[in-house]
Amino acid sequence: MSGTQEGGGIALRNVTHFFETPDGPFQVLDDFTMVAEVGSFLALVGPSGCGKSTVTRLVSGLLTPSSGDILLGGSLVTGPRPNVGMAFQNPVMLEWRDVVGNIILPLEIVARDMPQKARVERARELLELVSLSGFENKRPSELSGGMRQRVSLCRALVHRPDVLILDEPFGALDAFTREELWLVMQSLRKKEQFTCLLITHDLRESVFLSDEVLVMSDRPARLQYQTTIELGTERSLKDLYSVEVTELLAHLRHQIEVAQGRIGSESQIIDS
Amino acid sequence: MNALGRIVVPIVAVLIFLGIWEWIVWVNQWPNYKMASPSDLGPAFWKFKHLFLQYGFDTLWRTVAGLGLSIIFGTVIGMIMGFSRVVREGLYPLLIGFNAIPKATVVPVVALILVGRDDLNTVLIAFLISFFPIVVSVSIGLSTLEPEYRDILRSLGASKMTIFWKIALPKTLPEFFGALKIAVTLAFIGTNLMEIVEPHGKGLGHLFDSGKISANYPLMFAVMIALAFLGIALYYIVVVLEQTFAGWAERG
Ligand SMILES: Nc1ncnc2c1ncn2[C@@H]1O[C@H](COP(=O)(O)OP(=O)(O)O)[C@@H](O)[C@H]1O
Ligand SMILES: [Mg+2]
Repeated sequence: MSGTQEGGGIALRNVTHFFETPDGPFQVLDDFTMVAEVGSFLALVGPSGCGKSTVTRLVSGLLTPSSGDILLGGSLVTGPRPNVGMAFQNPVMLEWRDVVGNIILPLEIVARDMPQKARVERARELLELVSLSGFENKRPSELSGGMRQRVSLCRALVHRPDVLILDEPFGALDAFTREELWLVMQSLRKKEQFTCLLITHDLRESVFLSDEVLVMSDRPARLQYQTTIELGTERSLKDLYSVEVTELLAHLRHQIEVAQGRIGSESQIIDS
Repeated sequence: MNALGRIVVPIVAVLIFLGIWEWIVWVNQWPNYKMASPSDLGPAFWKFKHLFLQYGFDTLWRTVAGLGLSIIFGTVIGMIMGFSRVVREGLYPLLIGFNAIPKATVVPVVALILVGRDDLNTVLIAFLISFFPIVVSVSIGLSTLEPEYRDILRSLGASKMTIFWKIALPKTLPEFFGALKIAVTLAFIGTNLMEIVEPHGKGLGHLFDSGKISANYPLMFAVMIALAFLGIALYYIVVVLEQTFAGWAERG
């Protein structure tokens, strides 16, 4: 756990969470434990409704767990903190602001003293990283879905957060745009420093982008399975079609089916 | 359409309309006490020009005052309803019920309660009739704020006030102005309703009423035209404000 002691490592220790509902307490997480070392990229997959978004809301301090500890950079999370950046499936934009105005929004809250010029400079730098130079003064309504999502990533990173939380950010994009965004994500990771927690339901995405894939069980969710992705740091989309990756994907799919309760954990993958 | 066309086309349309009106009155040989023709209106305006100015001003300021109250109270109530679900659910039936009451029945009641206070009761009717759309638009605008906005800002430690000023308020402006366009028309109707139903010697409604009593049909028609102009002017002031403050919502 030494890696989580400084910077932006993430640790959840024995986290259990209940939502209070009119029908009584509703348990979502059950003794959930996971660790993301500083600078690592974790993908969290699991059946829909199992509690993935709840994990992101706990990590960002929007929710307090019923029991257990959440640590960012070694210190206990007790509420929202400005060293977190978030992007969601729905890349909401302020339609009355241009692209730069949208990206610098977090700076207006966490870096009130930062001069406007420096903010805009920072936004330009990020826009270049996501290949959107020249779109600084476009309105959100002029952007395609993929472009909006790139802007949303810039906004999540503009204040140099230690932790980046991505909750199914590419889920609503078509397959080709999604792959483009994976490459964008890759180049962001090379230039910016953050620990990333990616929620996704696309196993190929999880394998292509992350260092570790974590599979959550169905609700109330525990950590069911965890695997390290050994593809190095220079990955290309072609790698996804190698024999090893194909086998890995089949294995992960099997784990998802176990999580969904469709098959028992002891059954074997049947080769077709 | 280019800029010139946008001015010329409506003017031509109005001229055609006036021409047809004049022609119908002329063909049917209607006397003035049956139907005034556009050519009678000029003299009527000229003859009563001081009254038109004075009464027009009465109608105008009372409408604007009523609308101002609507904006203030409508926005405050709308904000409370937008942020609190309990208040929203509690107030909606009440507001809808109140809105359903035909305002012509409220006019004599208000006139009776505030007897003799002509300006106050006229402003009050303009307010009562026009605040509903504003409440609804503000409360819906605020309650439909995407949760992602709230999460992004709250996770950075933004206060509720910051979220309101930076996001909720500007995001609600298009709906607000949409409602304001309806409200300005309603407030105008409210003012005239009071002036005509309970005449008290003020406003264009009173001028209309005196035209009716003295069977001065050209005057009545002239008042109608003056009211139309005032209504159009008020409406377009709101349109200009909308384009200034919420022009971003227009899709190309
Ligand atoms: N605020 C809440 N109150 C009650 N139940 C909630 C709340 N938020 C989420 N849930 C429920 O908790 C479960 C997990 O939700 P979520 O974390 O969003 O799942 P997902 O893995 O699909 O992201 C779902 O069944 C959802 O309906
Ligand atoms: Mg989710």
